[in-house]
Amino acid sequence: MSRHVARALVLLLATAVAAACSGGSTSSNQQFSGTTIRVVTFTGPQIAEPLQRRAPDFEKATGAKVQIITVPFSDLYQKLLTDFATKTNSYDATVFDPQWMGDYVPSGYLEDLTDRVQKDSALQWNDIAPFFRDFSATFKGKVYTIPLDGDFQMVYYRKDILDKDGVKPPETWQDYINIAKQYQGKDLNGDGKADYGSCLAMKRSAQSYWAWLSIAAAYLQSQGTKQGAFFNTDNMQPLTNNPAAAAALDVYKQLSKIGPPDQLNNDVGDSRGLFITGRCALSLDWGDIGTLAIDTTQSKVADKVGAIILPGSKQVLDRATNQLVTCNSTLCPNAVNGVNHAPFAAFGGWSGAINKASASKTKDAAFAFLSYMSQPAQSGEDVTIGKTGFNPYRISHFTNKDAWTKAGMSAAAATDYLGAIQSSLQSPNMVLDLRIPQTSFYQQTALDTALAQYLAGEISVNQCMTQITNQWNSKTDEVGRPSQLDAYKASLSITK
Amino acid sequence: MSSLTSPRVLRDVVARGRPLGGRLDRIAGAVFILPAVVVILGFSIFPLLASLYVSLSRLSFSQGGVELKFVGFNNYAKLLFGIDRTHFLGVIGPVTPVSGAVLVAGYGLMAFLLFRYARYPGRTLLGLVGRVITAVIAGAGLWLIVNTILTSGRPGTLVVTLVYVGVDVSVQYLLGLGLALLVVQQLPGRRFFRVVFLLPMMITPVGVAYLFRMLTDTSKGPLYPLWAHFGLTDVSWVTNPWGARLAVMIGDVWQWTPFIFIILLAAIETLPHELVEAAVADGANRWQVFWRITFPQILPATTTVVLIRIIEGFKIIDLPNVLTNGGPGTATESLTLHAYTIWRALDIGGSAAVAYMLLIVVTFVGVSYVNLFRRRATAVA
Repeated sequence: MSRHVARALVLLLATAVAAACSGGSTSSNQQFSGTTIRVVTFTGPQIAEPLQRRAPDFEKATGAKVQIITVPFSDLYQKLLTDFATKTNSYDATVFDPQWMGDYVPSGYLEDLTDRVQKDSALQWNDIAPFFRDFSATFKGKVYTIPLDGDFQMVYYRKDILDKDGVKPPETWQDYINIAKQYQGKDLNGDGKADYGSCLAMKRSAQSYWAWLSIAAAYLQSQGTKQGAFFNTDNMQPLTNNPAAAAALDVYKQLSKIGPPDQLNNDVGDSRGLFITGRCALSLDWGDIGTLAIDTTQSKVADKVGAIILPGSKQVLDRATNQLVTCNSTLCPNAVNGVNHAPFAAFGGWSGAINKASASKTKDAAFAFLSYMSQPAQSGEDVTIGKTGFNPYRISHFTNKDAWTKAGMSAAAATDYLGAIQSSLQSPNMVLDLRIPQTSFYQQTALDTALAQYLAGEISVNQCMTQITNQWNSKTDEVGRPSQLDAYKASLSITK
Repeated sequence: MSSLTSPRVLRDVVARGRPLGGRLDRIAGAVFILPAVVVILGFSIFPLLASLYVSLSRLSFSQGGVELKFVGFNNYAKLLFGIDRTHFLGVIGPVTPVSGAVLVAGYGLMAFLLFRYARYPGRTLLGLVGRVITAVIAGAGLWLIVNTILTSGRPGTLVVTLVYVGVDVSVQYLLGLGLALLVVQQLPGRRFFRVVFLLPMMITPVGVAYLFRMLTDTSKGPLYPLWAHFGLTDVSWVTNPWGARLAVMIGDVWQWTPFIFIILLAAIETLPHELVEAAVADGANRWQVFWRITFPQILPATTTVVLIRIIEGFKIIDLPNVLTNGGPGTATESLTLHAYTIWRALDIGGSAAVAYMLLIVVTFVGVSYVNLFRRRATAVA
């Protein structure tokens, strides 16, 4: 009897050892085998494309299984919030708009990644440009996201045409209007048809309001990122009813009339299409035009495009008097030639975050996947491809010019394009996009509708400013003014 | 027939013999109906009540989950008197000669109809009260429509939706009737056209919306040569409020005329020939044949199909959403799109309030229509 037991024990032990050995041998290079990471992002094809393309490589290397779930952009915010709040937790990680951190972080839905990013040497955290590290990925001093995309708006111009005519690219918004007027109605691509001075996206319920913010930023913020361009950081009063906002609205209205006849109904897809087919002298966009322009299957302006930092303003809002005053060294410490530039990190760049409620091994695997996507070896290639929707955000993306020439950009164009991004990135006066609870109401609903109504002539400048201000104030009071102010200051990393 | 054979008595007799089976038999009716009742309660009555409660509350997401805070009629007050009033109801402009004349004519007509009913021998008190209520609400609606459209004001989403429904259903009906009358003629190729006329209805509404988005694009798009020929490439449909609304209405008419066409075609084709032949033998001309014989006979089908289109028409969202996203400004925004825009920013209470306003308007229009026209039309037939 006891012999039987002993034999059985030996057999059991032998099996256990064998199992441990085989398990050990897999875990040495298949660290996450058996773990499934569910990553949700929007339908794309951009953003989702690189994730889907690179997931199999990551699976091969780590044994984890990556599921990329896509939902329409307009549903993503809702879907995530509902999923987190109802504790359904059907997603372990998300590649999302970091503006929504204002809603997700205070509610405790996102995993604090501060320690992880410091410990992960392959991620090369310090290679990520300071703005994205310290502002975009950070909320109240803690890191919650891994940047995968560097978003801010720039101005693109037809270098070939402006150079030929000896026209300097715009320094201020007034210059922009003048150049646009000069080329409106001229043939810019040699097809005998009249083309347009400037092509902007001005469609309602689309991505248009960011363009107005890009214009307004130059008039509203002059003293560095922490000053903020949306609210007064003392009392949460909106900065939307003052001569600076009025000036930006006026520029916006003028630009609505210098462009394609359907401009009020154009989304970014339309304005990009017009620009890369050579029909516009100027445009305002994220980094996408730069990479789309070198895609010769659709572009007619390869190597004819110049990019520059967003034009600025010689007059800025003096918050003490609520007046528009000419720049001086105290008011605009960062001005160049007396022009205040405020490059706008519109949207903030698609970023990866992790659901705090997921299992800890899944969280490790999800972090490893996001880190893999961001590591210079992968992202360095992805940011040069137009269809990924990823724009440069790492220092190495700027220094490694080979990747760009390999992608089809001439050395001169690469220097020009990266230079524009870099000068925006290095600006201490970069404007951080709004990220407080209900951001989507403040921007997508209230601001967007008022701007559309103003462009369509339904309301005047003053009515527009009053409408935005009232709607913003009403929402702030509804959610709670002190908590909104706190969230706004937290997003700007104001600690006092 | 003896009363013993009636099912009820028979059942009682059988039940007396077997007590348990008898009880089962007695509740069998209720048991069989129960699933349907549960489904209706679960899928229709409960959501309706739940959304009513949502429309009276404010939803917020918090650490523990979802918080519903009761706010009374706040969401409705916002729409009717608060910051969303101009969006929902529009802006009232000063009276113009045209708007004044239309109002006087409209109110005159209503007063005349009420007066006529009051003197009608078959009137009832309930009928009179119902008509007075209808007249008061319709009068207020007319006032809103006239003062926002025919003045320097601007219509809100409520008025825009009413315009869509009014214009779309009228035009669809006239076109659908015309096409149905054409196709019943002995014309060559009528089978082919019957199918062709039906096609637009088969296309998904979003597809139709994208189609019209391309067609209305004057600077590129398939109709570019046509616009270029008339020198209209710098004119834009979709940046002018009425141009954009017109584009939405043309798209809707194009898509839904076939629906009216097919129903009226079926109604006309089943009409007996004898009446028409007798009328022709008596010397009636074509117009008389149509107006005195065909039209009254298809009236029941007409009123039903118009009612369906009215109810459906109020829910329009695809076309304005894809064509212009409700722009320029808020010019093409329908009530459903308005609710959607608010919903997207997580103001679920506000969105439910708009949806309830829509429900109230549709119910009012539907009930008034049924009472004033449909019953009479059915009675005539």
